[in-house]
Amino acid sequence: MAVRVGPDDFDIGAEVKALTAGRTDIGAVVTFTGTVRGEGSGRPITAMELEHYPGMTEAELVRVEREACERWPLLASLVVHRVGPLRPGDNIVLVIAASAHRQAAFEAAEFMMDYLKTKAPFWKKEAVAGEAARWVDARDEDDAAAERWNRKASGPSR
Amino acid sequence: MGAAPRTVKLMYFAWVRERVGTASEEVVLPAGVTTVADLKAWLAARGTGYEAAFVKPGVIRAAIDRRHVQETASIEGAGEIAFFPPVTGG
Repeated sequence: MAVRVGPDDFDIGAEVKALTAGRTDIGAVVTFTGTVRGEGSGRPITAMELEHYPGMTEAELVRVEREACERWPLLASLVVHRVGPLRPGDNIVLVIAASAHRQAAFEAAEFMMDYLKTKAPFWKKEAVAGEAARWVDARDEDDAAAERWNRKASGPSR
Repeated sequence: MGAAPRTVKLMYFAWVRERVGTASEEVVLPAGVTTVADLKAWLAARGTGYEAAFVKPGVIRAAIDRRHVQETASIEGAGEIAFFPPVTGG
């Protein structure tokens, strides 16, 4: 179980390899990678800046990961989130969930992303060609995605 | 009574930071400012930048000592209080 926040890019293959090295109890590894889209509201995005709240960001990600571990029988997990200047196509976020069986890994990875999106203190600022950079608005869909886990009777897969 | 002045560190992020004009500051809280909502109202009256930042106080989220809190949360004993827009990471 680990979280990492910083400007550096990540290598998905290397992260999975490190997380599962020497493990024979893991039977399912799910990874989610979020990347920078080159388009927003129909206009081309030239650059993105990710601001965060050092200290609280890591604490929130640890809380999200801990909650996932309480809900599903995870054997390993990792959350990596980049900050600072990014460009279209760049990696932003990586979530890995590993379990004995696939359903727990799938669900835990989705849960961690949904919770991260509404709880972890990150803010995106997009630069659109020929315009002043602007802060990205939060989406109601993200709140709804996180909220459904409160209603769902989640638990170990079968 | 004569309670000691309460000093707290305030932090601002994203467009709240840009409108206020600073990332962080130390303030002495006046008597009567006891909740997050009170603090927002007090800050909104501190000047043009603050007024612009807190014009719609309900939109702005708060954290006390790096944990999310609601409007009604007490700021008693807080060391660091942060104000920011809804988060947009991931």
